[in-house]
Amino acid sequence: MDLTYTDEEEEFRAKLREWLASVLPGLPPKPSPDDWPGRRAYDLGWQRRLYDAGYAGLHWPADAGGRGATPTQHLIFLEETEKAGAPYVGANFVGLLHAGPTIAAEGTAEQRARWLPPVLRGDEVWCQGFSEPDAGSDLASLRTRAVRDGDHYVVSGSKIWTSHAEVADWCELLVRTDPAAPKHRGITWLAMPMDAPGITVRPLRTLAGSAEFAEMFLDDVRIPVANRVGEENDGWRVTMVTLSFERGTAFVGEVVACRRVLGELAAQARKNGRWDDAVLRRRLGRLNAEFRALWRLTQWNVSESQRAGGVPGIGGSVFKLRYSHARQELFDAAAEVLGAGGALDADHDWTLDRLSSLSYTIAAGTSQIQHNIVAERILGLPKGGK
Amino acid sequence: MDFQLTDDQRALRQGVRDLLAGRFDRDALRAAVDVPGHLDRELWRALGEAGFFALRLPEADGGVGLGLPEAVLVFEEAGRVLLPGPLVATHLAAGTVPGAATGETVVTDADGELLPWLDASDVVLADASGAAPLRSVDPLTPLHRLPGPYAPRTPEAVLLTAAEQLGSAGRTCEMAVQHAREREQFGQPIGAFQAVKHLCAQMLVRTELARAAVYAAAVTGDPVETAAAELLADEAAVRNARDCVQVHGGMGFTWEADVHLHLKRAWVRAGAGRTARETEEVLAAAL
Ligand SMILES: Cc1cc2nc3c(=O)[nH]c(=O)nc-3n(C[C@H](O)[C@H](O)[C@H](O)COP(=O)(O)OP(=O)(O)OC[C@H]3O[C@@H](n4cnc5c(N)ncnc54)[C@H](O)[C@@H]3O)c2cc1C
Repeated sequence: MDLTYTDEEEEFRAKLREWLASVLPGLPPKPSPDDWPGRRAYDLGWQRRLYDAGYAGLHWPADAGGRGATPTQHLIFLEETEKAGAPYVGANFVGLLHAGPTIAAEGTAEQRARWLPPVLRGDEVWCQGFSEPDAGSDLASLRTRAVRDGDHYVVSGSKIWTSHAEVADWCELLVRTDPAAPKHRGITWLAMPMDAPGITVRPLRTLAGSAEFAEMFLDDVRIPVANRVGEENDGWRVTMVTLSFERGTAFVGEVVACRRVLGELAAQARKNGRWDDAVLRRRLGRLNAEFRALWRLTQWNVSESQRAGGVPGIGGSVFKLRYSHARQELFDAAAEVLGAGGALDADHDWTLDRLSSLSYTIAAGTSQIQHNIVAERILGLPKGGK
Repeated sequence: MDFQLTDDQRALRQGVRDLLAGRFDRDALRAAVDVPGHLDRELWRALGEAGFFALRLPEADGGVGLGLPEAVLVFEEAGRVLLPGPLVATHLAAGTVPGAATGETVVTDADGELLPWLDASDVVLADASGAAPLRSVDPLTPLHRLPGPYAPRTPEAVLLTAAEQLGSAGRTCEMAVQHAREREQFGQPIGAFQAVKHLCAQMLVRTELARAAVYAAAVTGDPVETAAAELLADEAAVRNARDCVQVHGGMGFTWEADVHLHLKRAWVRAGAGRTARETEEVLAAAL
C-alpha cells in the first residue's frame, strides 16, 4: 500500500502545473450558463489548448491518438486541473468519455480516422442518444426503429434527456434493428450527424432552470450504413465496451472540488457565526470523513485498475452510490451554512450546486439500479425478484 | 502510487486467516461464549509465536519488523473471527512488557472508562483501583468500569480497533449475503428481493469506504485521517451487524446465531473509544 507518487508521476504533475499556470490567465471570460453556443465555443477552445499542449485524450490508447497515460497519470491530470480552476470537460464529455472510446475500441480504421481526431482537437461535439421516454433504467427496451434501405438506415422514434443535443455535431445513437430478437440482441450503434433532415431537438428545462438536456424527435432520418460501429444487432455489447474505459477516474475532479467547497463552508461558518452550532459543526466534520475516505477510495480504485493494465475494477458502483449521496449532503449543509438569505438565492453558486446534486442519484444509472448492480454482480445475489 | 496490497501483504493476510481458521474456528468461538471470562492461553501463545504481538518490533529485538499497514491487516482478520482477548493492549505492550511479544504475558489496559479482561490478564497497565465489575453485554469481553478521569486511546490503539471493526463489518456483510442466497421464501431466495439486496449492497458500500479510510490512515499515520477511519469503521461495524440481524429474520434474534456477537463486540469497541460526537469535532476542527 503506497500513497506516494513516483518521480515520473511527480514530474508529470510539475510540468502540468507549470503549463496550467501559463495557460489559464489567457482564457477568455466564461460564458453565461444559458449561452449554449458560447459554452460550446468555450469548451472546444479549452480542448484545443489541451490538444496543442499534448494533453488531449490522455487516457485514450496511443493508437487512437491518445497519450496512453496510466490511470494514475489521469488521476493526477484531473486533480491538478481541478485544483488550478481549469475549465471542466463540459460539451466534450460524450466525445471524450463515451462515443470516442467506443469508436476507438470497436470502429474500423476509416471510422477512427474520421471521428477521433476532431474530438481530440476540439472541433466536434458529440451527444448521447440512449434514453427514451419508455426506456430509462431498462435501457435495453428501447424502441427507436432503424430499417435498412439500401446503404442507409431509416430511423424513427424519440430520445430524451439528451445532454448538449442543441450544440452537438454528432449523436451516438442506439436503435432497434431487430424487433423480434430478445431485447439486448436487436440493438445497433449508429453515429448520427445532427444536421441530418428529420431531426427535431426540443430543449427541456431542468429543475435548476437551465436547458442542458433535450428531447429529440427522429422522423425518417437517413443514416449511412457506413456510420454503424460494430455489427448490426451487436450494439448492446459495443456500448458496454465503452464502460471499460471508466478506470475509477470518473469523479476525481469532483471529489477534489467537494473537498474545497467543504473548506469554504467551514470558513464561511466561522465568519458568520454558524460554527457555534454544534450540530452543524459535527455535520461538517462527518462530511470531512466522508470526502477524505472517498478520495482514498478513488486512489484505491485507480490503483486497482492500474494493476489490471487499465481494466476497471468493480468499485465504480460502490463509489458512485456513496459519492452521489455525500454530494447531496454537502450542498444541503451548504444551505444551512448560508442561511435562508443565501440558500434561497437562486443566483448563489451553492444553491445551483444543491439543485444539480439531485441529478447525481439519477443520471448514469440511478442509485436503485446501482444497488442492484452491487448486489448482483459483486455480491452474487440472484437476479430478478421484486 | 499503488494503493493496493503488496504480494507480501496478501500473503500475510492469508497466513493469518489460515492460522485463525485452524486455531479459532466456529466451535472454538462458541466454546469461548460458553465459558465467559476464560482466555485460551494456548491460543494466545500460538498468536505470539505467529508474530501477532511482535509484528512491529524491529527484527533485531526478535520482532517481525513490519509496520502499521500490516498490523491493520492482521487486526482486520482478528475482527472477522471475533478473536477474544486484550489484543490491542498486548500488541502495543510488546516492546515494553516482558513476555507480551511472545504471547507468554497477557497485557490489558484501560480503554476509556472500561477495563477489559482484568481477571485474565497478567499485567494491567492502568490503575485498576476502584475498578468495578459489570455484567458485560458482550459475552466475549469481560469488563470492569473505572472511576474517571479516563485517558484517551492512543492513535495506534484507535486505528487497530478500527481495523477490527472493519473486519467485523466485512464478515457480517458476507454472513448476510450467504444467508440471503440460501434462505427461501415465496418460492425464491430472499436475496432476490430488492429490499434485501439493497441492505446487502449498503453493507458492502460501508465496508469498502471504511476500508479505504482505515488503510490510508495506516499508511499516512495522519491523526485526522485516523479520526475519519474510526468514525467510518465504527459505523460500518455497528450498522452492518444490525442489518445482518435483519436479513437473518427470527434466526438473527437468537443466541445461537453468531451475528449478535458481532453487534455486541462492535458496541464495546465503539463505546470505549471517543464518542462519534467527539470524533466529528476533531474532524470539524481540521477543516
Ligand atoms: C442530468 C441528466 C443528464 C442525462 N443525460 C443523458 C444523456 O445525455 N443521454 C441519455 O441517453 N440519457 C441521459 N440521461 C438519462 C438517464 O440515464 C436516465 O434518467 C436514467 O437512466 C433513469 O431513467 P429514467 O429517467 O427513465 O427513470 P426510470 O427508469 O423510469 O426510473 C424511475 C424510478 O424508478 C426506479 N427504478 C427503475 N427501475 C428499477 C428497478 N429495476 N429496480 C428498482 N428501482 C427501479 C429508479 O431508480 C427511479 O427511482 C440523463 C439524466 C439526467 C438526470
